Amino acid sequence: MARLNSPEDLEKFRKDILSKRDPDTPCISICAGAGCLASGAGDVIAAFKEEIEKQGLTAHVDTKGTGCPGFCERGPVVVIYPEEICYLQVGPDDVSEIVSKTIKGKQVVDRLLFVDPNTGEKTTRESEIPFYKHQKRHVIGNNIRIDPKAIDDYLALGGYSALAKAFFQMTPEEVLEEIKNSNLRGRGGGGFPTGRKWEGSRNAPDKIKYVIVNADEGDPGAFMDRALLEGSPHSILEGLIIGGLAIGAHEGYIYVRQEYPLAVENVAHAIKQAEEYGFLGENILGSGFDFKVAVHKGAGAFVCGESTALMTALEGRVGEPRPKYIRSNIKGLWNRPSVLNNVETWANVPLIIKKGAGWFTQFGTEGSAGTKIFSLVGKITHTGLVEVPMGMTLKDIIYKIGGGIPDGKAFKAVQTGGPSGGCIPGELLDLEIGFDELAEAGSMMGSGGMIVMDEDTCMVDVARYFVDFLTDESCGKCVPCREGLRQMAKILKNITEGKGKTGDIELLEALSETVAEASLCALGTSAPNPFLSTLRYFRDEYEAHIKDKRCPALSCRELIAYHIDPDKCTACMICERKCPADAISGGKNRIHVIEQEKCTNCGTCFEFCPPRFGAVKKISGEPVPEPISDEERLIKRKSREK
Amino acid sequence: MSEILLQIDGKKVNVREGVTVLEAARSVGISIPTLCHHEKLEPYGGCRICIVEVEVSGRSRLVVSCIYPVAENLVVKTRSEKIDRIRKMILELLLAHAPDSPELKDLAKVYGADRDRFEKEASFCIHCGLCVRYCAEIKKKNAVGFIERGIRKEICFIPKIAAKECWDCKECFPLCPTSYLQAAYVLTQSLAFPSSSSEAVPEE
Amino acid sequence: MDIDNHRIDQIIENHQGEAGSLIQVLLDIQSENNWLPREALDRVSEKLKVPLSRIQHIATFYKAFSLIPKGRHEVHICMGTACHVRGAARVLDTVEDLTGIKPGETDLDFKFSLETVNCLGCCALGPVMEIDGKTHGKISPTETAGVLKNYE
Repeated sequence: MARLNSPEDLEKFRKDILSKRDPDTPCISICAGAGCLASGAGDVIAAFKEEIEKQGLTAHVDTKGTGCPGFCERGPVVVIYPEEICYLQVGPDDVSEIVSKTIKGKQVVDRLLFVDPNTGEKTTRESEIPFYKHQKRHVIGNNIRIDPKAIDDYLALGGYSALAKAFFQMTPEEVLEEIKNSNLRGRGGGGFPTGRKWEGSRNAPDKIKYVIVNADEGDPGAFMDRALLEGSPHSILEGLIIGGLAIGAHEGYIYVRQEYPLAVENVAHAIKQAEEYGFLGENILGSGFDFKVAVHKGAGAFVCGESTALMTALEGRVGEPRPKYIRSNIKGLWNRPSVLNNVETWANVPLIIKKGAGWFTQFGTEGSAGTKIFSLVGKITHTGLVEVPMGMTLKDIIYKIGGGIPDGKAFKAVQTGGPSGGCIPGELLDLEIGFDELAEAGSMMGSGGMIVMDEDTCMVDVARYFVDFLTDESCGKCVPCREGLRQMAKILKNITEGKGKTGDIELLEALSETVAEASLCALGTSAPNPFLSTLRYFRDEYEAHIKDKRCPALSCRELIAYHIDPDKCTACMICERKCPADAISGGKNRIHVIEQEKCTNCGTCFEFCPPRFGAVKKISGEPVPEPISDEERLIKRKSREK
Repeated sequence: MSEILLQIDGKKVNVREGVTVLEAARSVGISIPTLCHHEKLEPYGGCRICIVEVEVSGRSRLVVSCIYPVAENLVVKTRSEKIDRIRKMILELLLAHAPDSPELKDLAKVYGADRDRFEKEASFCIHCGLCVRYCAEIKKKNAVGFIERGIRKEICFIPKIAAKECWDCKECFPLCPTSYLQAAYVLTQSLAFPSSSSEAVPEE
Repeated sequence: MDIDNHRIDQIIENHQGEAGSLIQVLLDIQSENNWLPREALDRVSEKLKVPLSRIQHIATFYKAFSLIPKGRHEVHICMGTACHVRGAARVLDTVEDLTGIKPGETDLDFKFSLETVNCLGCCALGPVMEIDGKTHGKISPTETAGVLKNYE
């Protein structure tokens, strides 16, 4: 592969690729993201390749493993072009039918189509599926069309044309202006205006500067960066190189958490290919600009997602954030001006340069321009990654796109912003998504995690969960975070175990003040948010736990008891057999009774009692009813009428 | 180097550029409590007890004075209801570890900190880091360091190095506010020093 | 120790012997050797001219490293928020009972090492249990026994 030495070389090469690709050629795209691979997509891809070869169709049909299209609940996902037919939960056994019926016969395999769980309606085309219809997939949309290991796929879709434009049709100052005018705000957590951050570095008088990709995605429940980095690594590289040009940096780092081995592999591969093609290295496309990038793996510490901690880790140290008052875009990595941005932020850069800031600001709101990818997870029908314009309401995201709450349960809250964020209750579902709107409601955008909770979720337990998480991940350097969270974790644990006492809420509030105001870094200062927001909207749950020793959601193990309703039990003996503690006394035709002293609250009986009986109940805050007499327990079966 | 004029607790202070708010305050006799600070060592910013309120461009925020640099027309308040409340809480959190530390007891009196607000914790190290930093920055021996993170963080002597260096040095011992350092040293010496005798004779 | 000084020196060379690459070097040693022996830390300290105390802090600060030998099979239970909301805590309880160890521990036969992980990024498939890099999604407590039986 000869290096491309000019923008003209690039366009000629691109035309060449496109001339060899017939848009009418069938293409079978199978998602090869980590989620679908975990559901067996690897076998599906192999099965397709084998079947296509067997049928002698290799020259006429393209088969490729692609980036993640986001509909993770229904993986493995397969989309067949040019018709855009979308098949879900495809297994290796479905492959031969798909090839003969759809590829050869041009017919649809009905049973693999999307079925709306509420209406029963089937949808054939990907873009018409309710999950996708209401999204605006500017950033993640290309994933299903790209084999992440094939740079030519990226070029075929127009990749690196923004880079050529930035280098040859704009000055670095104009590139910076474009990003400023786009009002792009950081997509990783802080929501800081990207253009302003870049400008600070550009103006800093230092010959050596750095641009850094924060791919340490540590927020539990968030995996959009993983999908982008795995699925379309070149879009991040392109953004990074453009950023380097704008601020005058010739060296970049991509810090990827080691829990994402596929992302590490795909981005390293992309770098090699970009170097071969001449998009990295010396004299990029003949511009005279040099740029190189290295991948650094994280080693398992959430705190390294904090920008100063990340830079400290890049320097080969423990990820302790720095208590500095000079911003890292002026003095950052190795004390040089460093622009650190999130994966999704970088992925937006080529779009803005290619289509202009004016195009970008058409979407979203004034305070929050553009689109955002959210990971919609938890108690939601359609789990996965959704990209929507800022300003869409939470209600639309959860119900129109997410398909609402499964199993007929009631919505309770949606947690946004990861461990630094908060829970938003039902009365605020009309909230229009945006950085400032979420902050006002007591939460934050964070990296875009959106965890939906239903009536079975205990909000005190949610607060305890996040404080435990942060206690584990705290670097331990400063007293407020290390010691404050330590004490908060103890109190919350006691409350969920029925040992809460009067004064606990006030003490938690006092601790929250110190942790929020005096911690060294944002992990600490935002740590009280989950507690404060659940207290704000669900104070009654705290009081029930403390005063009545009752868990309204029937979730906290030490506060619930299991009881078999004698009116509903049919003595089927399923729970008696499954009970790991031998705590159920039953037998044929004898209504079952749980012996409370033996019961370990594992919940197995509750899980296995057949739904048509629904005899096992959870009780909290009141005494368990006395068992009925032995005589009453005997079931007299009616004889069958002939 | 230019002169900076700022205001601390209503007092006008004139210092050269590059100085921290803590140093500026001390230069005019205003005392701000510290636990992890030492003139010979790089500022650490770990104990957070030196927090003060600064007002710049009409906005007010809490910063640690041991690191925050002076700026022209900066308005600083070293005491307020909020500052005192936070300092009291920091002390109470630390007293749960080291209730008998002289430094902590003195400060507790000033801020009304209750040593029994929190249940006693097992370890009496307060992680001021003075020992680790002194050995690294001044002695450059790195005989004692940190291990782990968060609530599992501890100081740890490196037996091979400590056996050689500490006997004749021990300059970090008087820095420790809680005597945890001395206890850790003696424990390491008796359990892990390379030579078998408990009175470790330094190797030549 | 299983990994020898020669191999350690090679790994250091691969990262151009830069002090900033310390964590990358340790990750490579951990990945090849499955744990970080004391002698390996000494060698890295010597070659990269970095104090042992700093290496020790790094090896204990980051979850990826182990200073003790690990079992043949690494069992990771995801405790991320999405998995938590779908009942990951019960999966963990069951696995603890089945293996007899708690997170951070290895059993006496060196068969299983158990760890909790704060989000593997497969949130749509929660609860998730990962063994030797293989992801088992939508796992219920009762299914874990069957999965673990497959490992020798």
